[in-house]
Amino acid sequence: MLQAHNWTMQVYLPIAEVSVNAFLLLGLGGMVGLLSGMFGVGGGFLLTPLLFFIGIPPAVAVATGANQIVASSVSGLMAHLKRRTVDMRMGVVLLIGGLVGASLGVALFNYLKSLGQVDLLVRLFYVTFLGVIGALMFVESLKALRRSRSGARPVRRKHNWVHGLPLKMRFRSSGLYISVIPPLLVGLSVGVLAAIMGVGGGFIMVPAMIYLLGMPTKVVVGTSLFQIIFVAAFTTTLHAATNYTVDVVLAVLLLVGGVVGAQLGTVLGMRLRAEQLRILLAILVLLVCAKIGLELLLRPSELYSITTGVL
Amino acid sequence: MRWLLLALATLWAALPARAEEVVLGLSQDSVSISTSFDGSEILIFGAIKREAPITQDPPLQVIVTVSGPLQPLTVWRKARVAGIWVNSAAVVVDAAPSFYAIASSAPFYEAISHVEDLRHHVSIPRAIRSVGAPSAVEDSQSFTDAVIRIRSDQGVYQLMENAVSVREHTLFETSIDLPANLTEGAYPTRILLTRGREVISIYETEIDVRKVGLERWLFTLSRAQPLVYGLMSLAIAVIAGWGASTAFRLLRS
Repeated sequence: MLQAHNWTMQVYLPIAEVSVNAFLLLGLGGMVGLLSGMFGVGGGFLLTPLLFFIGIPPAVAVATGANQIVASSVSGLMAHLKRRTVDMRMGVVLLIGGLVGASLGVALFNYLKSLGQVDLLVRLFYVTFLGVIGALMFVESLKALRRSRSGARPVRRKHNWVHGLPLKMRFRSSGLYISVIPPLLVGLSVGVLAAIMGVGGGFIMVPAMIYLLGMPTKVVVGTSLFQIIFVAAFTTTLHAATNYTVDVVLAVLLLVGGVVGAQLGTVLGMRLRAEQLRILLAILVLLVCAKIGLELLLRPSELYSITTGVL
Repeated sequence: MRWLLLALATLWAALPARAEEVVLGLSQDSVSISTSFDGSEILIFGAIKREAPITQDPPLQVIVTVSGPLQPLTVWRKARVAGIWVNSAAVVVDAAPSFYAIASSAPFYEAISHVEDLRHHVSIPRAIRSVGAPSAVEDSQSFTDAVIRIRSDQGVYQLMENAVSVREHTLFETSIDLPANLTEGAYPTRILLTRGREVISIYETEIDVRKVGLERWLFTLSRAQPLVYGLMSLAIAVIAGWGASTAFRLLRS
């Protein structure tokens, strides 16, 4: 009797004002945490739509998702710090750009909100960015995989346009000596996108670090997590203070699953080869992109939707 | 004079019907939302007090309504623009109850007339108030219909015909299921007695729905001290993340 009761354990969320199954939330958190540890993405691009799906109000889902991302990213980062796979200096440069970008993004978001259609814009952003990045990563890592199978050594492009810029800085952990301008710009644009899309921005950051900055995949994950923690913390505080939409009970349930998942993910990520890891992430990104894209293209079963309050 | 007496006599005959009153009991007059809150069932029962003998024709009917707090809503309708589905029109509904349940002792419109429904705002469409529909939207009624359809599917708007049992023309009872996703506030509860589809008596009370314990504390903190609440959430996140990674390291070594 007691056990039967436990398996259907419902929890009432004080801010979201809905009752949900605690085990469902633990599972969701665990899955997203696993991805976080494996790929160095915060998992917001997956978690937020999943929370909508189980009936959490969108505003609460976005804000609480950010809080959960902090937890799983901290857990993942700790594991990476131990392995010295975090480029702190690069992380700080990216973060400076990121915080400026996030502030710009919030301003842009509010401007678009005043025009109406912000929901559509967010979806279009998701489809575009997930589609482009997913496709690029998929093609590139497939090529890399084939190259390594045929036995040829991958040629690392030592010099692209990035290396011609001034204000050079040495990033020892990444084995790079490049200008600070590209990382600042990467951080800035990711910050803008992150604020508009309501995610940490890891899925954009990771490929940008690999393909634009030429950082080794090994350091990319830890460094990305480092930057995501601060961006997500910034977003959480902003949402809690202005919109009252952070649900701490929801967050705790998600993060208990999330931190455990992140640890397992880090271990799993070490076992897989970099190319395989990237192919998996690419497939995941493309799947989410396809789902959101289809929702825009297919006729919805219910044409009407309700939001409380007057817009 | 004789006519006047006759009029008085008919009035007297009609009076007992008017003088029927409700004595009400609720299984609980307040609902506490705790962390494990999973919905609640409220038993509503009562008796009809009268000073004259029972008249059987037309039969007595009972309608029970329980309403959640009224909220303004914005209802969006999607339309296909350049191949994709986007929100294209919006109508503001001035006040719609967050929850609304009706139980009646007969099919709804056999228990009450349309005129009486209009007067007392009993049925679900009458409980929703929408006045300021923009002139740009022609079929604003379909937006209100959508609210009823969506919320009925979610189980927060319920119409339960023949769900009130009346015994001996005097005792009645019904039960209302309150779903898990309740909004806080006072829930006005009404018992309407009707004869011949006319309302002869209304009894009104309130069911108080409140968050308690941890739920109450967190909700209050998030509104009164939002920054503290936000930082607390962050601290929990950081500690949980750090704790889990330390625990795992110890576990492996």
